[in-house]
Amino acid sequence: MSVQAAVDKLKARFGDTVLATSEFRGETTVVVKKEEIVAVCSFLKDDLGYNFLTDLCGVDYMGQTPRFMVVYQLYNIGTHVRLRIKTPVEENDARIDTVSGVWATANWLERECWDLMGITFNNHPDPRRILLPADWEGHPLRKDYPVQGPDREPYQGRLQ
Amino acid sequence: MANFETMTINMGPQHPSTHGVLQLVLELDGEIVRKATPHIGFLHRGVEKLAEHRTYHQVLPLTDRLDYLAPMHNNLGYVLAVEKLLGITDAIPERAQVVRVLLAELTRLKSHLVWLACHALDIGAMTVFIYCFREREHIMNFYEKISGARMTSNYFRVGGLSADLPAGLEQEIRDFVNTMPGHINTYEGLLTGNKIWQKRIQGVGVISAEDAIDLGVTGPSLRGSGVDWDLRRDQPYSGYENYDFEVVVGKECDTWARYICRLKEMRESCKIIHQALDKLKPGPILADAPKIVLPPKQATVNTIEGLIHHFKIISEGFKPDVGEVYVGVENPKGEVGFYLVSDGSPRPQRMKIRPASFINLQALPKMVEGSMIADVVAVIGTLDIVLGEIDR
Repeated sequence: MSVQAAVDKLKARFGDTVLATSEFRGETTVVVKKEEIVAVCSFLKDDLGYNFLTDLCGVDYMGQTPRFMVVYQLYNIGTHVRLRIKTPVEENDARIDTVSGVWATANWLERECWDLMGITFNNHPDPRRILLPADWEGHPLRKDYPVQGPDREPYQGRLQ
Repeated sequence: MANFETMTINMGPQHPSTHGVLQLVLELDGEIVRKATPHIGFLHRGVEKLAEHRTYHQVLPLTDRLDYLAPMHNNLGYVLAVEKLLGITDAIPERAQVVRVLLAELTRLKSHLVWLACHALDIGAMTVFIYCFREREHIMNFYEKISGARMTSNYFRVGGLSADLPAGLEQEIRDFVNTMPGHINTYEGLLTGNKIWQKRIQGVGVISAEDAIDLGVTGPSLRGSGVDWDLRRDQPYSGYENYDFEVVVGKECDTWARYICRLKEMRESCKIIHQALDKLKPGPILADAPKIVLPPKQATVNTIEGLIHHFKIISEGFKPDVGEVYVGVENPKGEVGFYLVSDGSPRPQRMKIRPASFINLQALPKMVEGSMIADVVAVIGTLDIVLGEIDR
């Protein structure tokens, strides 16, 4: 099934949940509402064959509303087609349902996303930090977290 | 119903067979592992955060330090992602493409040699370790001649290569690769028929194809479970579609199958290297894109355009279109991917690395729970993890 056919089926099944689709350099991105993310992912896996979650991450678009996007890179091992799903997440309600029940891969990737980007995953089976120590404060990949770390003067030689 | 009293022990982060700073908390019932909990992050350097504060050219040296046993593959994945973001994928000269494949496969040999050496050493076969490192040293010398560094090569560039191959190296590589099948026969002679080796890895660390896909396992660890998937063949990059090689697939789903897979992959890599050497013709090594690619040194000092371009690229960098791309390459450990988001500025808005070892390690509890504690060492070895890539 081509990626276009998959997007059409997704739109036919979920209607208004699909907010936008776009194509850049031959890669298709579908933006969906976060409320339906588990249903969308289950549909993609069970009915459209996207059985492999390649990657999951958060992106901080500070200054825009909504501020965060959670990005799911999907892959179909049968047809070798990729698809990217993005979900907007508000800053004041930075939480989204976990998809670790759909793909087990998501477990650690969501822990990493919580650890570094500060997006909470509802119903996550193991919601601990993964890369940083358990008592770390803040989420370093957020754009308002300084690159030199908190409480330190910026390195003056860096690119402004 | 008896109450089982379990004992919890720490394995690592300072343990010779965890291949770096990996900590495993093992809950043991006698010698049986009931629960394994990996703790990672001891080597976290914030590569993704640092990348957001550097120009696209400046990010490249950070990628060497992810999977430091296969630096060329990380470089390759990153430059392919940036080239896709810029839309210059088709402008890469033929010679640069062939050299990329050549070095990627040499790197695969190098990485698999370390895997075999350490895997065998962990299980008690010391001789293989010495032999594998002897051969690896040749590849390290090639690295040094090509890039000046033995591990952190930083050799590929957005648009091509940083320099051409030194004269005479092609013949040296060919001579070395001609000896490799004989060396692999030696390793097999020491291990494959060895009863102790067989008993230690057959039926150990079993993971079914369904579980492996569900857990996102990639690379030889997935192919050992019988899933016929290799990005070099299925989503070819750098001209891999022009090479004749076999994707090796196992069927037993255990450590033995992964061992056989990787050994055969080494032989396939030798085949690809020979083909790449045959294809290697003189020609340009950088794309004709003066706003992106650094000009040659001579042009920088002798022409005003070269000087201006050099100054602009170094001081400001180049600005890709607003957009996002994901490119995955077949690293020796599995799929390593780079997801780049551009906001039109000279620095990435976001760079997310898809680390093969990180995601493969997630399958470890599934593979060791219920087996003997001694098998944990075999399973860590067979997953072929590198902590530099896991912790980033």
